[in-house]
Amino acid sequence: MPAVRVAPCLGILGGRVVKVEPSGGRGDAGDPVEMASRYYREGADELYVMDVSGTDEGMKAALGVIRKVSRRVFVPLTFGDARCMEDAREALLAGADRVCMTAAPLGRPGIIEECASVFGSQCIVLAIDAKRVKDSWHVLVNGGGGSGRDAIEWAREGVALGAGEILVRSMDADGGMRGYDIGLIRAVAEAVSVPVMASGGAGSPEHVYQAIQEGGADGAVLASALHSRLCTISQIKGYLASRGITVRA
Amino acid sequence: MIGIVDYGTGNIGSVIRAVEFLGGECRVVRASDDLYDVDRIMLPGDGSFGRAVRSMTESGLYDAVRRWVAGNRATLGIGLGMQLLFEGSEESPDAVGFSVFHGICSRFGSGRIPLAGWSAIDLKRDSELFKGVPERPYLYFSHSYYAPFPEDADALLATNRHGMEYCCALFKGSVFGVQFHPEKSGEVGLKMISNWMEV
Repeated sequence: MPAVRVAPCLGILGGRVVKVEPSGGRGDAGDPVEMASRYYREGADELYVMDVSGTDEGMKAALGVIRKVSRRVFVPLTFGDARCMEDAREALLAGADRVCMTAAPLGRPGIIEECASVFGSQCIVLAIDAKRVKDSWHVLVNGGGGSGRDAIEWAREGVALGAGEILVRSMDADGGMRGYDIGLIRAVAEAVSVPVMASGGAGSPEHVYQAIQEGGADGAVLASALHSRLCTISQIKGYLASRGITVRA
Repeated sequence: MIGIVDYGTGNIGSVIRAVEFLGGECRVVRASDDLYDVDRIMLPGDGSFGRAVRSMTESGLYDAVRRWVAGNRATLGIGLGMQLLFEGSEESPDAVGFSVFHGICSRFGSGRIPLAGWSAIDLKRDSELFKGVPERPYLYFSHSYYAPFPEDADALLATNRHGMEYCCALFKGSVFGVQFHPEKSGEVGLKMISNWMEV
């Protein structure tokens, strides 16, 4: 088994990194190139650069970040959120190694197959925004309305279509920094054969440990906890190692 | 001048940026004419075996690269680029590789597929490639198919594990192949690329 991946996520808005404040609002977290370089030095195993605006302009800004970051950061870069094959191609040309898709495949699942056949499955990460409803999880569209899909079924379908990795984000836990939704992560990790990354809710090294040990995730994505310096990558890796989890030194 | 062979299937940008970061000069090679003043080539690597072979056949690069590696000229195959040095792959049964090494690449039978992440590899012998590299270096892997062990045991440079032990680095004369992605493996990976640039 490969080492567990600790992956910072830079949400880009107007060319800056945004983070979720304790109040729930968005705040400025800093310059993306500086932050990416710092996380690289601190031992990040990969980096996510995600446009959170969903607009053409925001996409351009995020691609600009990828272009700069890829010249000085030599770990895998995943770009999101690709809305179509052209976005994916542009992101790869700009320096991304993988592209993440969230909403687009919900409307047109075939886009996963098309992108995987051109760029390879290893390049396609399907992100799932999930919200718990009683004993199951529903897939949300753009963090808002329901898509009518079950998250676990969607993960299976996405992999069958060619997604090489699932990034599963709990919309209940996201931004709360009280831990990942372990039940959700475990259900997805058991349902698919590709690597699964946990996202949404990390606030401490212990949370990352739970996502790996109890949730069966192959790695964990963190944003606000790192941006706000609640913990550092080396603290997380040190903690995981002390509990017997293999991390990249 | 380093020629980066483009078979239109994968991301060659990260290899270019790594070489440039290390102060090397490189050119994207899309046709055999592009090789005129190139003294070493990289076969980078994502994408499918068959697609890469087809694309190089169409551009006329296939024969040029086959002659290059058969002539023992400096080569570094990365990921799919290493697998192309073998005779073929289960991934694309009809496609024929450059056949520097015997055997066919197979799909992983267990564990999460694709293997995506960092693994500490076992170095099996000294090599210029590993100069200044830690004893069990962590490298980044991203693949679903793996290459067989080389027939000549002395050609084996390193192994990795994913369900079982497999060959992740090998060489024959001036032709090197690595399954991991040194261009995405932080300082250790950059060190290996810079070692290769000086071999």
